[in-house]
Amino acid sequence: MTPEQARAVIERALGEVAPDADLVGLDPDADLRKTLELDSLDFLNFVTGLGTAIGQRIEEDDYPRLATMAGTIEFVAAAGGQPSARST
Amino acid sequence: MPSLGADMDEGTVLEWRVKPGDQVRKGDIVAVVDTDKAAIEVESFSSGTVRELLVQPGSRVPVGTVLATIGPREAQAAAGRAGVSSPLVRHLADERGVDLAAVRGTGADGQVTRADVTRAAGERPAPRPAAAPAPVAPAPAAPAPAAAGASGPVRPRVSPLARRLAGELSVDLTAVRGTGRGGVIQADDVRRAAAPPGGVPVPAQGTGQPAAKPAAGQAARATAGRTGAGRAQAARRATARLMARSKREIPHYYLANTIDLTAAMTWLRERNRALAMTDRLVPAALLMKAAAVAATRVPGMNGFWTEDEYHPADQVHLGVAISLRGGGLITPAIRGAAGLTPDDLMRGLRDLVARARSGRLRAAELTDATITVTNLGDQGVETVYGVIYPPQVALVGFGKVAERPVAAGGMVGVRPVVVSTLAADHRASDGYAGARYLAAVADLLQRPEEL
Repeated sequence: MTPEQARAVIERALGEVAPDADLVGLDPDADLRKTLELDSLDFLNFVTGLGTAIGQRIEEDDYPRLATMAGTIEFVAAAGGQPSARST
Repeated sequence: MPSLGADMDEGTVLEWRVKPGDQVRKGDIVAVVDTDKAAIEVESFSSGTVRELLVQPGSRVPVGTVLATIGPREAQAAAGRAGVSSPLVRHLADERGVDLAAVRGTGADGQVTRADVTRAAGERPAPRPAAAPAPVAPAPAAPAPAAAGASGPVRPRVSPLARRLAGELSVDLTAVRGTGRGGVIQADDVRRAAAPPGGVPVPAQGTGQPAAKPAAGQAARATAGRTGAGRAQAARRATARLMARSKREIPHYYLANTIDLTAAMTWLRERNRALAMTDRLVPAALLMKAAAVAATRVPGMNGFWTEDEYHPADQVHLGVAISLRGGGLITPAIRGAAGLTPDDLMRGLRDLVARARSGRLRAAELTDATITVTNLGDQGVETVYGVIYPPQVALVGFGKVAERPVAAGGMVGVRPVVVSTLAADHRASDGYAGARYLAAVADLLQRPEEL
């Protein structure tokens, strides 16, 4: 999955839990949960939606990698669909 | 118009879900009411046939106004009459699985009392005997906690002076809203009702509020209530009133305790790893469960302060402070939280948050809370010093679950901890009891598998 595709998938999942959030002006390195005011339930819903979208279970241990938009894009691009070159 | 929380004075009927002639059962949604905070689904308190809808959609009316009548039997069932049986009685009926509509009331005007419910429940085995460890207390005159939020009980509590005055001034006491402690009608309330600006009794807005406002203003507010800005403003006002009342009336005391969550977080992690993502528990669910169970163990935290007395609740209906997107705060309850498994509590929490934000809460959920929990940890806060929701007597706060250096057994290690706090009503309990409560919460969280 390209970073662009990953971003689209993430934005859809975020839109489900925070429909009013402004994702366009989002700083890629800002803390997602703080910036979008997601509580733990919102975040769990986001992660669940994201996992469903990419067809892969996301463990709690992966949460730190989902702290920012940039990190989440990297994670999804690496995990979702065909493995990308950036995968570790 | 039921009182959907102590901060509600008026409500607007948004829509009717029933029409005259419809059969309704107790618990059916009959209407949607807009409080200043949210659209709430109002349940029928009894079973029968809808006779008449008395309030049109769009109308804003004071709490206590009869919204509709439900037959077949007279007076017994009006959808909007929250006061027909007190919340304590409804709790009891709910707990014993008693249909209030089927109970013959022996109280004033056929009001169903606790004794009636106990009697009805005694005629068959209680379905959930374990839910209430304590024996049912002999009905302490069933003081309605909702009355503190000034709903319209069938028989209003009236000060002696007010009663005499009402006689002299020919004021109908059932039409007067009490502004005294616990909704007691005082002399001033009677005087106001006797000489209203437009000849119509105008309900007082709670202590310290202007007693009357022009009808045109009300209509304007009702309309504004639907628009974003107007609604936010109204919600702010409702919260302001309630919190001001809390700080004015309740002598708060505060305690804090840092809880080692190593056991709880380890248990959660293992559990979540083994389950589907959708079944995952968040730490908040476990913290809430502990808060609810602790409330059953330490007296003085779970109930209501009304009529200069503490009235313990039989069950723990755990109020959860939920912030609404776009501002505002709402505190619906997870009913019977102490008896739920963490999984069920988590489901309840999810459901409640989703419905709170989409504006589809049920009336009972907004009036039932016996103790409230607030959790600001998600915003990075370490310690929350809460303000109690009257007429409740305690508010439990949890901050952020964070890794901190902790000394244990002569060693310093890094462990997940959370700061738990208690804001409690000093009229209902003392610091010693509060300390025992927080200790119980900490203790329960050391054995998460038993929660």
